[in-house]
Amino acid sequence: MSKRTDLLLSIADDELILGWRNSEWTGIAPFLEEDVAFSSIAQNEIGHARALYELAAAELGTTADELAFDRKPEEYRCASLVELRRLEWARTIARHWLYETADEIRLATLKASDDSEIAGVAAKMDREEAYHRMHAEMWIDRLLSSEDGRERLNEAVDELWPYALGVLDDELRPDLRARVESRLGRELPDVEPVPRGVHEAELAELWEEMTMVRRSAPAGAQW
Amino acid sequence: MIWEVFRQERKGQPFQHAGTVTAPNEQFAEIYAREQYGRRQESVALWLVAREAVSEIDEFPDEFDLKYRRVDGYSIKTRLREARERAGTLEMAPGGAEE
Repeated sequence: MSKRTDLLLSIADDELILGWRNSEWTGIAPFLEEDVAFSSIAQNEIGHARALYELAAAELGTTADELAFDRKPEEYRCASLVELRRLEWARTIARHWLYETADEIRLATLKASDDSEIAGVAAKMDREEAYHRMHAEMWIDRLLSSEDGRERLNEAVDELWPYALGVLDDELRPDLRARVESRLGRELPDVEPVPRGVHEAELAELWEEMTMVRRSAPAGAQW
Repeated sequence: MIWEVFRQERKGQPFQHAGTVTAPNEQFAEIYAREQYGRRQESVALWLVAREAVSEIDEFPDEFDLKYRRVDGYSIKTRLREARERAGTLEMAPGGAEE
């Protein structure tokens, strides 16, 4: 598999799995408006995954659906951050914000890519991610504006920090650290990043659910 | 806080009341309105108005029952046609000529 395909699949898997995790709030988010907004963000992420899978599929001679659903859990290349199942709002927001911040850094490098297909998809994604970032940032403002919120956010960020670092390659991590530290107004501990490709047990459970319908139908079924 | 949301379906059309969003501040309201009333490309623009900013008028006294101000039961179509004929503007009226 080429380096290009590997990169496309890493990002596509991040977006697919995070989209799936975020969609777990549909119907049970803290209030109706947030439910709609967060579900919409989840749908966008899955749309981004599809665009990236299509690029990879063209190279591999397969389809986006096959890449999304027909691989084994251990073949996914997503970062552990998106696999974690934390159905608790402060952690969800912290993960969302950490991911969007890392993704912004990653997208900036992809937009500058010599590969015009990758640069093009990255630019399109970034135009939607801008709203995800606005959404994440306003929640961070909100959480930082009260003692209780700040405590809960900081606790969640501490827990997720090694995972967040794992979203990016080595050379991009200092930028992520600088942004997160400046936003929170504090230093984050020096920790070992959780490397991409090391999967959490939660991924297998998610995969079971995510691929259930696909696996139940004979190959080539039309939907 | 409750925000009244108005949406415009196509450029040039009037904004129509779409519904409300409940949000703690304008920033949240904008995100929520965008997602609720714009994510399916059903709007080209939205207006958000804090409910407190809306002035409502809901009293219209008519103590003397001035029926002649209303047009119920009054065939304005025929009267208007006759008036237009007199003024020679029938041709210019929308749909006037073929009636």
